[in-house]
Amino acid sequence: MKIIVLGAGQVGSTVAQNLARENNDVTVVDTDISALQELQERIDLRTVLGMASHPPVLRRAGAEDADMLIAATNDDEINIVACQVAFTIFRTPTKIARIRAPEYLGEGKLFCQEAMPVDVIISPERLVRDHIRRIIEHPGALQVLSFADGRARLVALTARYGGPLVGHQLRDLAQHLPGIETRVTAIYRPGREQAIIPSGDTVIEADDEVFFIAAQRDTAAVMSEMRQLERPTRRLMIAGGGNIGRNLADALESDHKVKLIEANPERADYLAADLDRTLVIGGDAANQELLIEENIDEMDMFCALTNDDEANILSAMLAKRLGAKKVMALINRPAYVDLVESGIIDIAISPQLITIGALLTHIRRGDVVAVHSLRRGAAEAMEAIAHGDEKSSKVVGRRIEQLALPPQTTIAALVRGEEVLVAHHDTVIESEDHVILFLTDKNRIPQVEKLFQVAVTFV
Amino acid sequence: MQYAVIQRVLGILLSLFSTTMLAPMLVSFLYDDGAWSAFFDAFLLILCTGLLCLLPVWRVRKQLRLRDGFMVVVLFWGALGVVGGLPLYLAEALDLSASQAIFESLSGLTTTGATVIIGLDWLPESVLFYRQMLQWLGGMGIIVLAVAILPMLGIGGMQLYRAETPGPHKDAKMTPRIAETAKALWYIYFGLTIACALAYWAAGMTPFDAVGHSFSTVAIGGFSTHDASLGYFDSTAIEMIAVVFMLVSGVNFALHFMAVRSLSLRPYRQDSEFHAYALLMFGVGVLTIGYLLLTHTFGFSEAFTKGLFHVVSIGTTTGFTTSEYFNWPGFLPVLLLFASFVGGCAGSTGGGMKVIRFLLLAKQGVRELKRLLHPSARVFVKVGRNPLPDKIIDAVWGFFATYVAVFSVMLLVLMAAGLDQVTAFSAVAACMNNLGPGLGDVGSNYSGLSDFPLWVLSFAMLLGRLEIFTLLVLFTPMFWEK
Repeated sequence: MKIIVLGAGQVGSTVAQNLARENNDVTVVDTDISALQELQERIDLRTVLGMASHPPVLRRAGAEDADMLIAATNDDEINIVACQVAFTIFRTPTKIARIRAPEYLGEGKLFCQEAMPVDVIISPERLVRDHIRRIIEHPGALQVLSFADGRARLVALTARYGGPLVGHQLRDLAQHLPGIETRVTAIYRPGREQAIIPSGDTVIEADDEVFFIAAQRDTAAVMSEMRQLERPTRRLMIAGGGNIGRNLADALESDHKVKLIEANPERADYLAADLDRTLVIGGDAANQELLIEENIDEMDMFCALTNDDEANILSAMLAKRLGAKKVMALINRPAYVDLVESGIIDIAISPQLITIGALLTHIRRGDVVAVHSLRRGAAEAMEAIAHGDEKSSKVVGRRIEQLALPPQTTIAALVRGEEVLVAHHDTVIESEDHVILFLTDKNRIPQVEKLFQVAVTFV
Repeated sequence: MQYAVIQRVLGILLSLFSTTMLAPMLVSFLYDDGAWSAFFDAFLLILCTGLLCLLPVWRVRKQLRLRDGFMVVVLFWGALGVVGGLPLYLAEALDLSASQAIFESLSGLTTTGATVIIGLDWLPESVLFYRQMLQWLGGMGIIVLAVAILPMLGIGGMQLYRAETPGPHKDAKMTPRIAETAKALWYIYFGLTIACALAYWAAGMTPFDAVGHSFSTVAIGGFSTHDASLGYFDSTAIEMIAVVFMLVSGVNFALHFMAVRSLSLRPYRQDSEFHAYALLMFGVGVLTIGYLLLTHTFGFSEAFTKGLFHVVSIGTTTGFTTSEYFNWPGFLPVLLLFASFVGGCAGSTGGGMKVIRFLLLAKQGVRELKRLLHPSARVFVKVGRNPLPDKIIDAVWGFFATYVAVFSVMLLVLMAAGLDQVTAFSAVAACMNNLGPGLGDVGSNYSGLSDFPLWVLSFAMLLGRLEIFTLLVLFTPMFWEK
């Protein structure tokens, strides 16, 4: 596919990198020459210097025969105009724009062919906010992903002593939780690089990082098997009142006690005026006295969400030492993420991985509706919809054991209507099932996409 | 100051006002009570004065400035208050001194409802009607004053309601021009008056009493055509009708306007002042009824109706009574008097300091507490979800402080004039809050007071009605500087 990426910032360059790695022809446009040079040295792609929304610049970037435009500059307006230009002049089939301002996002009728021809809107801040929110709603979880509009959830957590299943074989789970459909899809054990693909006799040990799939209502029950269930998060302190921090506070303030620390006095004033019940505190989140004064030791969760990785890591570590029950840090650099999660910080949030997952979903062929990166991108969870009938589809009407699945790929669960079914070797896939797959090798994604494509004869 | 323009406005005001004397004249003929000559004399006198004012400046055409606005507002109540006393002074059925007549007329125009007249039941119908009409006209002036003019002058934090500030009333800019706004508000005012009159009539009042009481109910005035006030009718239905219309008239008329225009209750639900007002009435009501029951003052149903009626009547600063509430046990009379300090909502015909100001003061108090606990926290005083600039909070504090200061001075003056403490305190409170009946010697009427206290209290009514600053500003040298 020929893809133009506008903007070589964090989102743009990560998208470009991922797309280039999957054998797409990627052109990146930006006004910053050093950012482009740096990108070109690292990755096999083309760069164009210039204002991303100007038609000549887009033409030079190959807009005339591009299949897709991803407008990911820092500027909402440039992104919108670029999509408009691509639509009007170049007839680019798929236009994806990153839109940050909630003022635009709130207007449903705005983004359509007649007004602003953007096919897909990506809002990283909103994605990250939802991600963090799901984690806060599942205390004890490291990562919570939703499939089939939230009907099924994939939860990652660390097993601890005290969970009834810890030290037992996985097949005991069915006895412990009769009537609950769940499937443990992978286990990462400290000190082992490769994932363990579990079977019935796999024994869960303490400190294992366990991924399981269950219906939304059952997640708490399954989690309580792996570790003692924690009290729901009530008190929450957020460091950093950027878009993510503000959105999170806004989403949680009605049923949590939220404190928000912001260093910039003007921004703090703005937040205090804008937010309703959140207590906005002006000051530095790495200031020990300030944290103690604001009862950091009473906090169920501390979220460091500034733009600065190092500041987030340090303030999260400080908060943990001062007694916060759980700390979370927003970390942009992929290299830091692994480093941090094995240490004091409980949860590392990578906006890149979250955004990429959402973006890649729209690039996938076949009927892939969601792709989530797990474990910092070492594994992927995919959701695909089976369409067609036995003749036109390679999956519908077949038992799972009959499928030509690529290696290192497993089918974890099916969502059929409102029901979540754990996949067994003799489960038959029906049309319109949402199939949730688990891949430990992301290079197999194209093969899975192909598997779910419907033959051309099927209309 | 543009004296010519102000003189012109005054002339027009007086000439227009003189025509209102025709209504009681008509009533006089209708009931053949023989009191028409007082109104006719007053009509001629006021009309001539008005035309005399108007003639020399007939050709002056200039825009009013902000500073003239203060003067015009004060003249409206001040001058009309004085000339409004004329027919009462001239009426043969009444034997009032000049200060008593002016007190009575100001009490009407400021919708206070304090009276110096005893034996209302035997007065000519035209005089009774005139008193009720004064309140109704005063109410008409007040809603325009409160919704359109005071915000423009920015009195005591009321710039809060200015259309251009992103305040709690985002669409409070009802219509772009004052004249249009006034018309819209008057339609609501007329509508409420008609509904109220019909309800009273249906509940058993004579048409004369129904109209008269609907005037003083919707204006939150409190004048009655009987010495026993609403207690004369001894009817629970009438009392509950009064409760409903007093409550409705105590709400910001801009809210009524928006509710009528959008045909929904949403404007009320979203308004923080309305919430506070409802909560306050409910709280004081529960307290009063509970205490009346606890002290076995009344049986259950009587405690409920009498308690509710007086809480609403005094709390909205109307001042109707059905029993001698000033003799109720314990803290109740003072509680009710204090409730009148809060008064109605801004933009209503109610008096007092207005609910929104108390809401802001309370929120400011909470903000101070929060700041003590969290020294680094950024806290704003918000109404709804909108933060208010500190300027408005300062203005509200300034208003509160001045109100208390003026109150104290007048209390001392009245005590120096020989009134006992309870009487002096309640009389100043009842007049400044535009409530009407006080406690002690002024529990039912003000006939026992001599001229000097009556003048002080007249001034208090005017101060309260004009939100203090509008009147006080005229006493500063800065105002008169060129």
